[in-house]
Amino acid sequence: MRLKLIPSETNFDFFRFSPITLGASALAMIVSIFLFFSMGLNYGIDFKGGTTIRTDSTHAVDVAQYRAALDALNLGDISVTEVFDPTKPDQHVAQVRFEAQEGDEAVTTETITAVKAALNAIDPDMTFPQVDSVGPQVSGELVKTAIIAVLLSVGAVLFYIWLRFEWQFSLGAVAALVHDIVLTIGVFSLFQMSFDLNIIAALLTIVGYSLNDTVVVFDRVRENLRKYKKRPLVEVLNLSINETLSRTVMTSVTTLIALISLFVLGGDVIHGFVFAMIWGVVVGTYSSVFVASAILLRLGVKRDWEKQDGAAGTQFANIDA
Amino acid sequence: MLQFSLWKKIVIWGLCALGILLAIPNGFYDRVEQSNDANVVLSGGLAANPEIGAMSGAELETVADQWPSWMPSSLVNLGLDLRGGAHLLAAVQVGDVYATRMDDYWQQVLGELRGERATIGTIRRVDAADGELRVRISKPEQMERALELVRGLASPIVTLSGAGSNDIEARADGDVIVITMSEAEILATNDRTMAQSLEIVRRRVDEAGTREPIIQRQGEDRILIQVPGIGSAEELKSLIGKTAKLTFHPVAGRTSDENTRLQARQILLPAGDEQGVFYILDKTPVITGDHLVDASAQFDQNNRPAVGFRLNTTGGKIFGEYTANNIGQPFAIVLDEEVVSAPTIQSHISGGSGIITGNFSVEETTNLSIQLRAGALPAGLTYLEERTIGPELGQDSIDAGALACMVAFGAVLVFMFLSYGLFGLFANVALIINVALIFGLLSAIGATLTLPGIAGIVLTIGMAVDANVLVFERIREELKAAKGPARAIELGYERAFSAIIDANITTLIAAIILFVMGSGPVRGFAVTLGLGIVTSVFTAIWVTRLIISTWLAHKRPKTIDV
Repeated sequence: MRLKLIPSETNFDFFRFSPITLGASALAMIVSIFLFFSMGLNYGIDFKGGTTIRTDSTHAVDVAQYRAALDALNLGDISVTEVFDPTKPDQHVAQVRFEAQEGDEAVTTETITAVKAALNAIDPDMTFPQVDSVGPQVSGELVKTAIIAVLLSVGAVLFYIWLRFEWQFSLGAVAALVHDIVLTIGVFSLFQMSFDLNIIAALLTIVGYSLNDTVVVFDRVRENLRKYKKRPLVEVLNLSINETLSRTVMTSVTTLIALISLFVLGGDVIHGFVFAMIWGVVVGTYSSVFVASAILLRLGVKRDWEKQDGAAGTQFANIDA
Repeated sequence: MLQFSLWKKIVIWGLCALGILLAIPNGFYDRVEQSNDANVVLSGGLAANPEIGAMSGAELETVADQWPSWMPSSLVNLGLDLRGGAHLLAAVQVGDVYATRMDDYWQQVLGELRGERATIGTIRRVDAADGELRVRISKPEQMERALELVRGLASPIVTLSGAGSNDIEARADGDVIVITMSEAEILATNDRTMAQSLEIVRRRVDEAGTREPIIQRQGEDRILIQVPGIGSAEELKSLIGKTAKLTFHPVAGRTSDENTRLQARQILLPAGDEQGVFYILDKTPVITGDHLVDASAQFDQNNRPAVGFRLNTTGGKIFGEYTANNIGQPFAIVLDEEVVSAPTIQSHISGGSGIITGNFSVEETTNLSIQLRAGALPAGLTYLEERTIGPELGQDSIDAGALACMVAFGAVLVFMFLSYGLFGLFANVALIINVALIFGLLSAIGATLTLPGIAGIVLTIGMAVDANVLVFERIREELKAAKGPARAIELGYERAFSAIIDANITTLIAAIILFVMGSGPVRGFAVTLGLGIVTSVFTAIWVTRLIISTWLAHKRPKTIDV
């Protein structure tokens, strides 16, 4: 008996509700943008400058007590979060974060030492397995590089698809990409999860994955457009998506299996990173059908490849004439 | 598409075997690492691990033999986040050097103009920005003469890029002489400052004897320092903070006998450039590196390469007196308990600057001047970024990552088998080879595995089956069109090909951009993701196809069930 996630013959009409799905996507994007501007992102120290200290104690973490101890140091905005890891119930780990101090060009050892001392006053056996400190100067550069990286990859992909397909495909794919990135940022803003350099890496992987998915569908669309020259575009698109549906689901599921095991077992250090990717795979799979193809349908496609091929033989004659 | 010529088969299986062979040492990480460390010590290198360093020759041999020498022994480097250690990004305050340079020029200008006080009047230094020296003269009408004198102090630049220009430029601004360093001199000075800082930092860090520290220049004025295994960033900072010890000693004698009997207050130090030669030196140094302000590669009056050095005022005075009294005597330049050179004093050296001649090449003078300057950090360091990862946290991350990899791997294998049966098994073989190839490649290129890098591998495991899924789904479709097994498989591969290539190239583009723009852990992720894409396309297009074609030729099935 074979495991089949999708029946071997499907005939869904993916565009029946396309005004609704496209509308929902647009709404989700607007909400994400609104969240981004109203709540903002919980930027990690990579972006804002500052220090994070991971504490490891033998006693249960009392966030209020930690906070009270640190407030006495007048470090400005401090955040203390307990780190839960379901696989390790007996660990008492917290993440302490404070911003770069006013007027500091660089990282000050004194501040870090003072914070450690204050925390050790609560629990003398507390250890600090990870200390990260980024000066404001570097963090500015990191943001710049990150934005450039995302823009560059979107641009490169736009160009590649335009090269391999038609500009309508390229626009559809990029619309899907922007959709995925905006929604990911929205989710990070909604849950106020720490947004650091690793998340940028995840975003770029989402770009790659979402593209991967879209391109497979588009590849089939291109093939079917040549095969069924007279059928309406909406039918060709539906047929292509149905034909590739089984593969789309298979790949998404295997990737999700891998990512979920990493999320559950991989430790809390990369939770945010893996979460972004899981979200990206789900959204990316959705968008390759309901955004990229829907936009392609609305833009329409030039379908005279064959005519062009037919004319190919006379092109040179034309140039001479 | 299903016929493979013999040489193609050999190449494909050969590549797979090579990849697996290169990946094997990583399965025995600790053992191979110890063996490698022991081999380094046996061939005269420094021990990266104090335990290994303390071993005797025979013990070392045993440890080295833990891993057969004919097997590949390259390992994937573990990044800081996995091994634990400290990371620092330091900015070198190159501007510091300009200020000291200007102080020195002031001494020279003072010396030069003092004799002409009758013509140009009194001279006084006035406040100026860093990297600028402003000198006011009381008779501005004699400015031309004063400028001429100051310009006479300029010396030509020796570097290739700055050839033809002088180190300082002087101009008049009312009654003030403004002396600035030339563009070329600033560039040369910055480069020198950076080279010196790197050299000092590298020596300081090497002294601690840790494994594979990374010390790199980043951009214009930054140094990246990553030291695995060190306790904390603070520890690393204090290590770098120490200054190198440079001393000038009177030489009492030269010998090749290591056990020469010494008189009171003498020391015996080895020569740095000659094996088995020792110098007997007075224990009390004439001056120390603390007095040194600069050194540079120069040429003497006969155009032979030489090293010029400059001392601060106190050092200059002491050195002047000493050289005046000891003309014709050798004195030793000692760095870190080693005699760098022992030139003979040829004349009284006043003014605190001198020139060391010898049998030098230009390269040697450059190195020697770097070493001399390395006596102290040339400029202050400010730390822009510091990160500490404790070894336990790193080990936790490795364990968690390895477990996640195993589970992901197992789940995907089962899922593929359930979905595609026998063909799923073929894909699974390819997936196993794929992971081995990734590790083999990572070891071969000496890449660094980071925690996001492990995530990259896990993601690749999930995505690697994509190419096979594309092919298998396509084969299913072709089978539905009532084609025979061989034909359906052939068409499946043929028609899935463009989708596989396009889909993977787009992901590869993202990986390449990540690699170019990213740093640290992000770059580690890009490397594993990029390699994973390449190997997964290789295994999907070649390896599974070869397996399936071999199976077809062997079994000749009438029908297949994908």
